[in-house]
Amino acid sequence: MFTSVFASVLPIKNPDVQSTDTPLLAPGQGGLLLGADGNGRDMLSRLIWGARVSLEVGFASVAVGFLIGGLLGLFAGYYRNWIGKLLAGLFDILLAIPALVLVLALVAVLKGDPSQDEALPGVVILIIAIGLVSIPLLARITRAQTLAWSQREFVLAAKAQGAGSGRILFREILPNVLPAMGYIALLGIGIAIVAEGAAALFGASVNPPQATLGVMIDAGRGDMEDAPFVMFLPIVVIFFTVMSLNFLGDVVRNRFDVRESAL
Amino acid sequence: MAGTGTAHLRAPEDALLRVEDLVVEFHTGRNQTVHAVTDVNLDVLPGETLGLVGESGCGKSTTGKAIMQLPSPTSGKVVFEGTDLTSLGAKELRQVRTKLQMIFQDPISSLNPRRKVEDIVAEGLDIWKRGSRAERSEKVDEMLLTVGLDPDVARGRRPFQFSGGQCQRISIARAVITDPQLIVCDEPVSALDVSVQAQILNLLEDMKAQYGLTMIFIAHDLAVVKNISDRVAVMYLGRLCEVGDPDVLYAQPAHPYTSALLSAIPVPDPDVRPDARQTLGGEIPSPLSPPSGCRFRTRCPKADEQCRDEVPVMRKVADDQFVACHHPLAPGEVVTTVSLAGASA
Repeated sequence: MFTSVFASVLPIKNPDVQSTDTPLLAPGQGGLLLGADGNGRDMLSRLIWGARVSLEVGFASVAVGFLIGGLLGLFAGYYRNWIGKLLAGLFDILLAIPALVLVLALVAVLKGDPSQDEALPGVVILIIAIGLVSIPLLARITRAQTLAWSQREFVLAAKAQGAGSGRILFREILPNVLPAMGYIALLGIGIAIVAEGAAALFGASVNPPQATLGVMIDAGRGDMEDAPFVMFLPIVVIFFTVMSLNFLGDVVRNRFDVRESAL
Repeated sequence: MAGTGTAHLRAPEDALLRVEDLVVEFHTGRNQTVHAVTDVNLDVLPGETLGLVGESGCGKSTTGKAIMQLPSPTSGKVVFEGTDLTSLGAKELRQVRTKLQMIFQDPISSLNPRRKVEDIVAEGLDIWKRGSRAERSEKVDEMLLTVGLDPDVARGRRPFQFSGGQCQRISIARAVITDPQLIVCDEPVSALDVSVQAQILNLLEDMKAQYGLTMIFIAHDLAVVKNISDRVAVMYLGRLCEVGDPDVLYAQPAHPYTSALLSAIPVPDPDVRPDARQTLGGEIPSPLSPPSGCRFRTRCPKADEQCRDEVPVMRKVADDQFVACHHPLAPGEVVTTVSLAGASA
């Protein structure tokens, strides 16, 4: 399932927006493997393209959180003075705000006045919104790890040799913190995809012609009684995507854990 | 033994390192202060090895780290080659750092698990960009050879692929590569097997001779310290008790605590029962509120009112033997009773 989503990047299937006169085709009918939705669009094609956008949102938003949150978390964990305390307090405050509400609010703010020319495409807005929400999560994890690693004596040893803070942070501590960050980031992608789905139900996702898995679920809601597959197929895709990301996270973690705890 | 005083110090101009009135305190929550090190005076002559002994929690390691300015002491001076390190700014301090190096107790924790051995050893050179890349690489090879590791095998590996003893060799290579003058060894062998301990101690001796190092050797194992040190300082609860030549000090301890420590050295003889030997009763008091006067008085069989009221001052009892005690042991005298006599502080 996961690989088919990646494969979609190359062998281009039927275009995304394809309204024919075959609304609500059940899977297997009319030559379409997974049927068609209420607008007669090929479900398989839409799923693949929708999943692609979902994944883009997931990866990109977590990348935002990874970079900014990781950096802030590193500083928060390393500096024990007011900077660290301030940052840690900030993460706690941000984490206390319900994520979904924050995403919806951010999307609303970023979209601005719909009558005006759109400054940013919907995908970018989503990425920024979910990315901002994921910052405190990654920052917290990074901070906790940094706190632990910066107590190790090799950090003292580096200081004794005259290493500056930058060198200690990025050469000594960061490589040790990265595996945990990577693991959380992979989980975070799954969470971001689900978050996008939830945002879509509130209409705060990409704009209509484009589809994400969340948008498809939302669109399928109306036809649930006649054609439940329209709604459930994207749910299944989300399920497998998120699950495979979680497994991937486990693999990454196991791989790196062995290397440091051999003694 | 809560000794202060400077009688044991040599002329300031002779010393490579001179520690004056060193105080290290840590603030814990609720306005409590840990008096980790109080009024410690020490000096080390060039080429000398100073052994610093005491039981766990007596402030030995804290003293070592305070000398390294990791972190800087609460007060007091650390004069290295005529410069007071505590007065230096961050930038100047960084410049001096390579001249003082430290070897840590835990060989695993002191090496970054994610870096290759060649990078770990070269760290000091890389930071200061000494020499070209090729020269640095050559120096790393040379250093690894000196500490008894095969450079071809060791270079590309990571610390977890080595045993504790080998890791300690890597630590030594890392510390010595920048040509330091003073090395603070913080219990460098206590985490190792006895057989490996001897190897590492010999290596340290060799390195000392080869590179003209001065060492501060921190340990709780008196036997280890005796062999390696030119001078021994005994610490108890953040203060110095006794300083002297190891042969004199071991043969004729003047401080009751030194005597107790020495008698606690295990005797490799099954007929000697541990309880037949004189051992020290009681627990080390909390450094949160150390006893008044002499800090050892709560466990000392000879303690009296003077010990409670006055902090003993270092004084000379023999050639190169100094003690901070109101009632030093006469030559040959043994502390008789084991006391829990504890008017707690």
